Amino acid sequence: MSGQVIALTARDFETDQEVRWCPGCGDYAILKSVRRVLAQLGRRREDTVFVSGIGCAARFPYYVDTYGFHSIHGRAPSLATGIKLANPALDVWVVGGDADFLAIGGNHLLHVLRRNVDLNLVLVNNAIYGLTKGQASPTSSVGTRSPSSPAGTFDAPMNPAALALGAGGSFVARSADMLQDHLPETLLRASAYRGAAFVEVLQNCIVYNDNAFGDLTRKAARAEKTVQVRHGEPMLFGANGERGLVYEPWQGTFRITENVAEATLHDETNPALAMALARLVDDALPMPLGVFYAVPRPHYVAALEANAPQQPLTRGEFKDILRTGSWRA
Amino acid sequence: MTAAAPANHAHAPTTRTVVRFAGDSGDGIQVLGAEFAKAVALDRHDLMTLPDFPAEIRAPAGSTFGVSAFQIQFGDDGVLTPGDQADALFAFNPAALKTNVGALKPGGLIVADPGAFSARNLKRAGYAANPLDGDALSRYRLVTVDIARLTAEAVAATGVGKKQAGRAKNFWSLGLCFWLFGGERGATIEWIEGKFAKAPEVAASNVAALNAGHAYGETLELDAGSTAQDTRTAPRHGLFRTVTGTDAMGLGLAAVAALSGLKLTYCSYPITPASALLHFLAGLNGRGVSTFQAEDEIASATAAIGASYAGGLGVTASSGPGLVLKGEALGLAVAVELPLVAIDVQRAGPSTGMPTKPEQADLNLALYGRHGEAPLPVLAPATPAECFHVVIEAARLAMQYMTPVLVLSDAYIANAAQAWQLPDVDALPAITPAFRTEPRGFQPFARNPDTLARPWATPGTTGLAHRIGGLERGAGAGDISYDPDNHEAMSRLRAAKVAGIESTLPCEIDGGAEAGDLLVIGWGSTYGAIVEAVQGLTSQGHAVGHLHLRQLWPLPPNLADILQRFRAVAVPELNHGQLARLIRSEFLVDAQPIGQMRGQPFKVAHLEAELTALLPGAPR
Repeated sequence: MSGQVIALTARDFETDQEVRWCPGCGDYAILKSVRRVLAQLGRRREDTVFVSGIGCAARFPYYVDTYGFHSIHGRAPSLATGIKLANPALDVWVVGGDADFLAIGGNHLLHVLRRNVDLNLVLVNNAIYGLTKGQASPTSSVGTRSPSSPAGTFDAPMNPAALALGAGGSFVARSADMLQDHLPETLLRASAYRGAAFVEVLQNCIVYNDNAFGDLTRKAARAEKTVQVRHGEPMLFGANGERGLVYEPWQGTFRITENVAEATLHDETNPALAMALARLVDDALPMPLGVFYAVPRPHYVAALEANAPQQPLTRGEFKDILRTGSWRA
Repeated sequence: MTAAAPANHAHAPTTRTVVRFAGDSGDGIQVLGAEFAKAVALDRHDLMTLPDFPAEIRAPAGSTFGVSAFQIQFGDDGVLTPGDQADALFAFNPAALKTNVGALKPGGLIVADPGAFSARNLKRAGYAANPLDGDALSRYRLVTVDIARLTAEAVAATGVGKKQAGRAKNFWSLGLCFWLFGGERGATIEWIEGKFAKAPEVAASNVAALNAGHAYGETLELDAGSTAQDTRTAPRHGLFRTVTGTDAMGLGLAAVAALSGLKLTYCSYPITPASALLHFLAGLNGRGVSTFQAEDEIASATAAIGASYAGGLGVTASSGPGLVLKGEALGLAVAVELPLVAIDVQRAGPSTGMPTKPEQADLNLALYGRHGEAPLPVLAPATPAECFHVVIEAARLAMQYMTPVLVLSDAYIANAAQAWQLPDVDALPAITPAFRTEPRGFQPFARNPDTLARPWATPGTTGLAHRIGGLERGAGAGDISYDPDNHEAMSRLRAAKVAGIESTLPCEIDGGAEAGDLLVIGWGSTYGAIVEAVQGLTSQGHAVGHLHLRQLWPLPPNLADILQRFRAVAVPELNHGQLARLIRSEFLVDAQPIGQMRGQPFKVAHLEAELTALLPGAPR
């Protein structure tokens, strides 16, 4: 496992498996971004592992030519934790949908975030169950009609980025499938982070929840409906960046300004600002994308090593353990 | 398995002593018992203990449901049970006397503190009159000792408060025990000084209480000789220590790390009574072992699978309710064919049941508790000490055959202590994991023709990048496959692989007749009681043999032959007949179940009576 950078292209990460997503699925774009990022990272393919649970997005490992483990519904974060415990040198990615990460596996997501296990967590959020044919999910907006909610849902959706911050996540970001510059940029940042890097990717399910985020991510709407935040830069949006967001710290909300000089500079180390960005869901305001929060914090295996350096056990050392409290007759 | 082979029990036992301590769950009964056991062991006695405590941490003082008890049998070599009935009972309050006097044999000694028999405590225990007065206990030898007052006097000079004086009662009683039954105080004093190193006055008070209790014994007009005879045998040779099943299991897992050179990743979620193993291994963190306290049972199982996938050895443990939750993950381990050791410290169920009490009712769950055709090997240690070798064997099989292996222990094995002669570590065979490194011809689901195991190819290995998962895999290349012929073939291959495992665990007559009238088949913690019951029947001239299974799946290949050598088969187990049904279904043999679900081990006399009724020709 050398630190040497290897020249690879996105194509080197294709497998011989036929990709089985629906035509037009947003997962194709995410896969493309991920392969590009892997090529840029320049690590040996063998030092990377993709782990997933169950769902459409969870087929990811079959389509990336690294090591891969397609496991059981919701449990990918804990399986990935075990991988890091046994071999911390591996670069481990966990890819899952909103049900995998937030419904059946919600508990595991909370705990990898609080423990800060060194993983890249890619939540593919399409606000619907795809593989089980279209039921409402924990992120479906109120009123979503589905086979399991024919009259429309009435339970409030979850906000993944806010949840990740609440769980103690110290790298929390949001991007979207269509953003082929922003998504790789965000994934690269996540990959560089030592700890649990959580990236919510807004994804379009063309079959069961088409256009759920279309108003935000369509090319024509993107500039007006989203704001890309970058550390140290003003929060600007609009076709030419002619408007900005001003953070109102006492309310934890934002207002739009035409005076770009007034726009708030993003500070990804400010937890209150990060939470306000994550929670900003308002038709009158653009949806924030980017790295909301990124602060260094010891990751789990580093903390484990600091607590008790992990060494192999020799027979001689084992004899000493065995003989504790023994006597010779 | 030779090192774990039980002491030869062909010879009849000589004199043994059974002592029982009972008090409030905050009285330090378990510490008293464990320290007495250690001293007894150092005095060259063989022993077996039975901690019998409630799930409540500090139940209301004086209540019957808060009584914690500890029983120990000691004597010459070959003590295999904690004893049916006690020779002596230390009752720390009326509730303890009320709930435990039934465990005392007629004529047995009761040591009770009249100071604890207050009107309030008597009422709490449901006594209308003080049993220490009158002739309510005339069947026994009652000795009243003002333990609380004498302890308070003894510790007064150490300057501790009233609270600590009350807490030192157990050490005072231990001192008295040492005088009555023998045993040196040195090791206990050393332990006290280590345990309370940060509170020297507490240590001093406990030592003062211990010494005072011992000194008091000399003034007691009690013939110690009539209570306990000196049963010490000729000195044994070698290194010994006392171990509970938990200790031996933890040491066995540490041995796996040493024998294989692998990092052992122990993943667990707190649950009674399995947590003790997490505590034991947490003490070894960093020394070949890393412990991971997961957020739930499912995470602990899947993290262990992840560790094995990445080239460590994943181990997960729980008790019944937790094993149910791990079921889906165990199915994944069967499907992706990765090594995994799963330990179930069984407790009385269903549901929360009786968390601190033993039962053997998870056998069906172990054998069948996964969806789909998902067979895996199931092993069971018979004694606390045997946990050491059985868990090493489980790890070896898991790696050799690329399969999860389940180990069934129980609350009794986990908590009971016995003296154990340490194995020769240099003689333990190395475990050599066969990691695949050769890229040429690599297929993740190709098979070793002998073991049918697939290769263990871990992330990081050059040229072997591949994908595995829960979706059915095509034989060889391992690509996703919905092909009907492939699923049929893979299902049969997985079953054949498990059916063909060759373990080193013995399947042979453990004691009694090699052939004859009645074969008694047991498994797990019932070992000692069955040994003694079969000894009883054999000494009466019956041709009864005892076979104790350490491998419950696949059943050992020679079991069919052994079954044929007996006219009848009995299966005593702490459940409603789960192994009996397995024997019946696998061999078409009329195995008779002897079930018990009391949350307690079998009593030898009860078992002997049940077996007698099953002897051919016995009146039905």
